Amino acid sequence: MSTHPHLHRDDPKDYLHCEYGIRSWLFTTDHKRIAILYLVSITLMFFVGGAFATLVRLELITPQSDLLQPETYNRMFTMHGIVMVWFFLIPSIPAVLGNFLIPMMVGARDLAFPRINLLSWWLFTASGVFVLITIFIGGVDTGWTFYTPFSTFYSNSYAVAAALAIFINGFSTILTGLNFIVTVHTMRAPGMTWLRLPLFVWSNYATAVIMVLATPVLAITLLLVGIERVFRVGIFDPALGGDPILFQHLFWFYSHPAVYIMILPGMGVVSELVTAFSRKRIFGYHFVAFASMAIALFGFLVWGHHLFVSGQSLYAGLVFSLLSYLVAVPSAIKVFNWTATLYKGSVLLATPMLYALAFIGLFTMGGLTGLFVAALGVDVHVHDTYFVVAHFHYIMVGGMVTAYMGGLHFWWPKISGRMYPEGWAKIAAGLIFFGFNLTFFPQFLLGYLGMPRRYATYPPEFQVWNVLSTAGASILAVGYVVPLFYLFWSMRYGKIAPRNPWRASGLEWEEADSPPIKHNFEEVPTVTKEAYHYHEGVRLG
Amino acid sequence: MAGAALAVPFWPPPAAQSATAVDHLFIFLLAICGTVAAGIFITILYFAARYRRRADDEIGSLRPSPLWVELTWTAIPAAIFLFIFGWGARVYFSIYSPQVGALQIYVVGKQWMWEVQHPNGQREINQLHLPVNRQVQLVLTSQDVIHSFFVPAFRVKRDAVPGMYTTVQFHPTKAGEYHLFCAEYCGTEHSRMIGTVTVMEPRDYERWLAGTPRGEPLAATGERLFTKYGCVNCHGNIAPALDGVYMKGIGLADGRVVTADDQYLRESILDPGAKIVGGFPNIMPSFRGVVNEVELQALIEYLKSLGAPAAGYAGEERRPRRPVTRP
Repeated sequence: MSTHPHLHRDDPKDYLHCEYGIRSWLFTTDHKRIAILYLVSITLMFFVGGAFATLVRLELITPQSDLLQPETYNRMFTMHGIVMVWFFLIPSIPAVLGNFLIPMMVGARDLAFPRINLLSWWLFTASGVFVLITIFIGGVDTGWTFYTPFSTFYSNSYAVAAALAIFINGFSTILTGLNFIVTVHTMRAPGMTWLRLPLFVWSNYATAVIMVLATPVLAITLLLVGIERVFRVGIFDPALGGDPILFQHLFWFYSHPAVYIMILPGMGVVSELVTAFSRKRIFGYHFVAFASMAIALFGFLVWGHHLFVSGQSLYAGLVFSLLSYLVAVPSAIKVFNWTATLYKGSVLLATPMLYALAFIGLFTMGGLTGLFVAALGVDVHVHDTYFVVAHFHYIMVGGMVTAYMGGLHFWWPKISGRMYPEGWAKIAAGLIFFGFNLTFFPQFLLGYLGMPRRYATYPPEFQVWNVLSTAGASILAVGYVVPLFYLFWSMRYGKIAPRNPWRASGLEWEEADSPPIKHNFEEVPTVTKEAYHYHEGVRLG
Repeated sequence: MAGAALAVPFWPPPAAQSATAVDHLFIFLLAICGTVAAGIFITILYFAARYRRRADDEIGSLRPSPLWVELTWTAIPAAIFLFIFGWGARVYFSIYSPQVGALQIYVVGKQWMWEVQHPNGQREINQLHLPVNRQVQLVLTSQDVIHSFFVPAFRVKRDAVPGMYTTVQFHPTKAGEYHLFCAEYCGTEHSRMIGTVTVMEPRDYERWLAGTPRGEPLAATGERLFTKYGCVNCHGNIAPALDGVYMKGIGLADGRVVTADDQYLRESILDPGAKIVGGFPNIMPSFRGVVNEVELQALIEYLKSLGAPAAGYAGEERRPRRPVTRP
């Protein structure tokens, strides 16, 4: 490393080169390095979860059970759900991009509790090891939802091991959320008022509130599942005097807000991308910011819409349906504001913007089909069918993963100091968009036709749509693998990134190098402008 | 059927009143959401093309974001959402609220089959035969884990939950054979917990009723069980008489009054101490683990068949005829 041809930085050295060696990474307290640790961990988990999805889709090419026996198939979709929800989606944008960006966006040197931040990653890693062990000893077949009394008595799989992995994982989430909340409250630079915060910070702040309030309920619920399974204490199993519907209430009291953990950060990314690539102030800053808080708040009051056909009181169903429509309003507001931001902007369709526009389209599809499943009368038919599978994949993959990819490309110059190759990136974005729609659109049709989810075998008339869906999944898989290669490639061979390659607003672009120094800024910046001050000019170097 | 399997299906066959009701709402949603989605997609594409960046240092124009615009696109969607909510609720209540005079059929889900009991004694596994144009109510429960009884052609499903009874109604309108699926994941053979719902013209249905071997009526089975388990020894004697008990208001020892519906009767057999009839001692043993779900439904059907309430039934007026001590 005596002569590095691509590196010609002045002192002080950037965060990637200020220290070397494995210890300097595994025991770092620098929020940027911890973000990289998370990036590596969740990328690994994404491909583990993706491998399970691939096996599920391959099995479903034919109506009968041939590639996998039902017993194995059930483990595959369960592990797909568990890995993707808790080990990829929930940490994705918050723990990688949020960790990297929130301190810089508020003008701080680090998060409020750097060592707790490192602890979060270690807990995450420990839980990841647990979940991998669970997979290697045989996996779990309860579905990621762990419905009782199946999970507490009837399942012959490693339900307790999986629950333990998720239990530990939850502490990592709680600590990250806590760190974000305290940082946003106490570490803002002089002049960085709440209403000057970038919308990415607002949405991650809203997410952090959900993380801290909802995740303990999941921990309690999984603990109760473990107690009932191991000690046969009657909590959920009616044979022991328990109530299986109680489990569903507890589980969804966490898991519905968790859905917003899995989309709000994506909305934050898209607000940044749409403004940066329109070079324009966001349309309706206050509405977009407060919509995030409204979603976080109302998101706690809609869990019962997962129980419309379960035996919950019909009147409870009525209330939960109404509240579900209430939570749809702030989401609609966001979509309209993003679209209006494009009006008379200076729109550049670089890769991050392609992802942002794809997000708006796919999230709109996911959101609008949410209106279908929230309608009590329609849910009676489509509940637990592929319609629901398609609906939530449009939100979580079409929404969150697309936003994550967009954000990763947008901030890649800041993270790595290098530009990604634009041509390859556009090809990958195109493959992902096309592959995604081909995978999941047919599932709407399958769902309305009545194909239930979690079926290893199905009647032959559903085959056409399943084959199309699997074909789409193979394109989608290629689309996700390509960036893995060119982003690695770019770390060594990519064009050196200037400080502000997009001429974007924000402290991370205007006040920090690419890549930033260890403490982000040479001196603490003083903020005098609103968040998206393109009309006043942005600092380039 | 081979031709049908090869054709590409777009829409499930509608075969019940509920199917039409759900389809109408679904089509309305498709129309309104399709319009909104198309509007957003076209606007985005148009803006992206019309306002594409022409110079490297170009910036967007500074536009105000007027409050009335925000309020408009908050209020209009909210109003549409309320309308959809109301419509959805109407359909939901029409499917799930119990109705009088329906043909009542008992269904027990168990890993991994559906066991169906008709009141007049037919028993079916993974099959359900129904007459066309007759309101049907299913009383569902499960022997083990949660299942869900799903007939796509009727656009209805209802979870079969262990430990409780749920109901669902439909009114088949078209004869034919339709899929029956288990929609709630229930373990290894979940996707094989499927069957057929056969809707028949009244004449065919009568022929089916006459032509299928059947045992005694369900109530008769229940009566046999009532004797077998010795219920008859105490009820009407040191325990409440059960004539006309079904759907009657019961005064409990703690002063509450409950309706003796299926759920209450089931609970009183399995967990007799939970709700004790006023004036009677808590002496009945639990039949949990003794009576299975299929037998429970037969017992309840028997209790339903027990005619009009006997005078003076309501617990508080009755006293045990002889002193009893708890065993």
